[in-house]
Amino acid sequence: MNHSNSELSWRVGGPQGSGVDTAARMFSYACAYGGLYVFGRREYYSNIMGRHSYYDVRVSASRQPTSHRETVDLLVSFEAETLARHVLSTVAGGVVIYNVKDEDTPLERITFLDRRLREDLTAHLQEQGLPPTTAGLLEEARRRGVQAFAFPYDEIIAALADKLGVHKSVAQRTLNTIAVAVSIGMLEYDAQCLVKALQKIFAGREKIVRLNVEAAELAYEYVRTNFDFEHFAFRLAANGLPESPMLLLNGNQASALGKLAAGMTFQTYYPISPATDESVYLEGHHTFPLRQGGTGSVVVVQTEDELSAITMAAGAALTGARSATATSGPGLSLMVEALGWAGINEVPIVITDYQRGSPSTGMPTRTEQGDLLFAVHAGHGEFPRIVLASGDIVEAFYDAAQAFNYAERYQMPVIHLLDKNLASTTMTVPPFDVEAVTVERGEVAVAVPENGHDPFPRFQPTENGISPRTLLGQPGTLHWYTGGEHTVYGRVTEDPAVREQQMEKRMRKLEVASREIPPDEKFKVYGDASVPLTVMSWGSNKGAILEALELLSADGIAARLVQVRLLWPFPAEELTPYLEEANPLVVVECNYSGQFARLLQECTGRAPEYLILKYNGRPMSGQSLYEALKRVHAGGAERRIVLRNPLE
Amino acid sequence: MAILEAVQVTRKAYQVEFPNDWCPGCGDFGILSSIQQALAGLGILPHQVAVFGGIGCSGKTPYYVHAYGVHTLHGRVLPFAAGAKLANPELTVLAVGGDGDGMAIGAGHFVNMGRRNIDLTYILFNNEVYGLTKGQASPTLPLGLQTKSLPEPNIQGRVNSLMLAMTSGFTWIGRGYSYNVKQLVRLIQEAVRHPGLSYLEVLQPCPTYNNLHTKEWYGGKDRPNGQPRWYDVQEEGYDPVIPEGADEETVQAKLAQFVEKAHEWGDRIPTGVLLVNRNISTFEERLAERIPGYPASSPAKRPIADGEGQSVAVLDAFFAELAVE
Repeated sequence: MNHSNSELSWRVGGPQGSGVDTAARMFSYACAYGGLYVFGRREYYSNIMGRHSYYDVRVSASRQPTSHRETVDLLVSFEAETLARHVLSTVAGGVVIYNVKDEDTPLERITFLDRRLREDLTAHLQEQGLPPTTAGLLEEARRRGVQAFAFPYDEIIAALADKLGVHKSVAQRTLNTIAVAVSIGMLEYDAQCLVKALQKIFAGREKIVRLNVEAAELAYEYVRTNFDFEHFAFRLAANGLPESPMLLLNGNQASALGKLAAGMTFQTYYPISPATDESVYLEGHHTFPLRQGGTGSVVVVQTEDELSAITMAAGAALTGARSATATSGPGLSLMVEALGWAGINEVPIVITDYQRGSPSTGMPTRTEQGDLLFAVHAGHGEFPRIVLASGDIVEAFYDAAQAFNYAERYQMPVIHLLDKNLASTTMTVPPFDVEAVTVERGEVAVAVPENGHDPFPRFQPTENGISPRTLLGQPGTLHWYTGGEHTVYGRVTEDPAVREQQMEKRMRKLEVASREIPPDEKFKVYGDASVPLTVMSWGSNKGAILEALELLSADGIAARLVQVRLLWPFPAEELTPYLEEANPLVVVECNYSGQFARLLQECTGRAPEYLILKYNGRPMSGQSLYEALKRVHAGGAERRIVLRNPLE
Repeated sequence: MAILEAVQVTRKAYQVEFPNDWCPGCGDFGILSSIQQALAGLGILPHQVAVFGGIGCSGKTPYYVHAYGVHTLHGRVLPFAAGAKLANPELTVLAVGGDGDGMAIGAGHFVNMGRRNIDLTYILFNNEVYGLTKGQASPTLPLGLQTKSLPEPNIQGRVNSLMLAMTSGFTWIGRGYSYNVKQLVRLIQEAVRHPGLSYLEVLQPCPTYNNLHTKEWYGGKDRPNGQPRWYDVQEEGYDPVIPEGADEETVQAKLAQFVEKAHEWGDRIPTGVLLVNRNISTFEERLAERIPGYPASSPAKRPIADGEGQSVAVLDAFFAELAVE
């Protein structure tokens, strides 16, 4: 049989707390050690233990995948719920590996299977005369050309315990490794790569590495002896490793590293999904060397709430520290009052917002791009702020750093929009270039000790609105800050002329930012720059759109992506030529109401001809976008296309 | 806390020439004057001081002190102040605010600041009412009292801020009275000198809205002996100090005597230093254990870029953790 060895979509699932993430890390590293490109997507519940989580790892030998696939080539499960949820997503020619124990479990016995899904599955099986059980689902899959293999996990674990003379409970911990090894065995992939992955993940714990390597050996042996997988359409072959090693990381880590590179020295946070991991990562990586010698460090403070998180960060920023806080939508809601304080006091702070399914508690562990208009408008009254959004993990690193330059250059709060999709997506990326990170601190007042008793005109109006900022503790630049309207010295005032002067000074900075920030920091154009079919989007959809453009291109359909990165001040003028040429203009975003489209129309007067939206809490895939864009290209598609997948 | 004993600083250095808009007879004046005298007396220069204020009449205090003054948000004075202190530990940081600011909208911050023991001083101006919004009951007004702008007697109970400070972990707790400036200056100086988080409650009349606990009432004009209600616990030999390394029995005894004083109210009102706990590390010390070089190499001062504006962070070890090599 002719096997595809260029690309694979692998999925592992299981109850939260059972090590699904570890399994996915193993598989990802094993692939990356073979020089393959990896893209990992994690889905999980707001739950500690027991609820279903799953992880997709998309692997390619030739190019970096930039989105997940909604279909699965190789599904690995060790419990019934994973089977029930994902068998239908497995493609013809693909394989399902399941625990032999689960081969005939009634769907109604699966505790956490949503009623809606159970009813849908039951109806689907009934139509085919099949029972509402895992056996029914496996039979349905076989009829579609999916091969299903029962794997005796318990038997292998017992054999491992026997062989190594360890307790069964110890051997049981290798369950995930076994699942990964079965996959690698069936893909006829290089077993050494898994050994390297185990060494990476269990670094310094040789005994555990040996235990897992033995477990893998037993799994390979079983697969070789018992499974006939000639008809499995996929194989993976290792390439050589690139000269400069790739990084395998997620968006939380990329943003944290970008902040460290930028010289952030103070970060606050209140625990909230999906932002917490960034701060926890920073707390675990708080010291590092400096190029000229000495130690660099970041102080990370877990606060009592987000009100404290942002105000503490602002207090630190007043002393000159590069200061930030990371949160999600609900936390940003609490921070709004202090956002205005930072605005009127011209305090450079960075707020990283990992958007999640909202409003209110919403879906804490699912993705959404629901905070755009909120980030742009949040707060009573008017004050300048900058909002930027990253499209992928690489951008998350460089943007996290650049956010501080914007904040200090223009002396205003900067909201860096990320989302759950970026937070937990794992990707192989080329190494980051820390030396390419520049640090621009903007205008800072020098200490003037001889100034003596006179207060310093901190808020002196200037042509560009930017007046040198001072640092608490600095001699000779003494003045006041207040959330009230204030004079140049920061004295509270309600004088109408001073009010106008200060309001105009602050808002002028936004015009200056708009003029100074170069176009390529505001937006990027991908694909065929001269064609009318124009997709406009922002944030983490970038990867899926790029993939969709490639698929369209293979069909001979040319299209381009205009990815807007600076959302406020909105680059209306620079976008105008693209808007004029766009025909049709398609806006793509992960929310219900098309927030970007509304902002675009507000700022440019141009409404898109088509909106492609998704708001089920799961990220868009390249394939689903491709199909939607193809319908748009063919003509006659509805103006508002909603991407749905009840199996995600 | 940067105290230059050698420098002569006068109270005038802390005074401003701007008009003050507190009501005549406001207790805030005594506290303001005490803050200015205390800082001058400590020999701290104005630029080394940051005074953070909450919202309300008392929150305006930073306007009237010639130092870096930060008028923050209602209830948020403590986290603002904490951020500045942790980022630049050389600063002398004072946080001031009213009873509504600290015990109602900011109570969560008060409790959590206690857990940290950051080296700063929080002065709570307690007049039992929300003055600036025209006299509503604050969380420190006792249940059932009806000050003059209340349509009905206070239906909510009183929080004992001294007790809350103790259970939250403040390591220096004192109480003063706004018209006993001599004692107040001493208390503020001790609070600032204390290496850790200090809580100073200052009782003060609100001549406009609190017609019950007035200057006359605190002064004991209605008492048979005509003597003030407030008294200084130190004059009665009260020793508030839990020494470093104190055993459990000593700690219990000191806390018990504190609890007794914290509950004394009405005919006699204790003032003075009520608790000093030297047995608890500061947040800065805890940070220094994690971060070599802290606080000398502080978030405000450590180098982050070279002369060309290039990042000086060397993150190779962190990248290696993630690298596929």
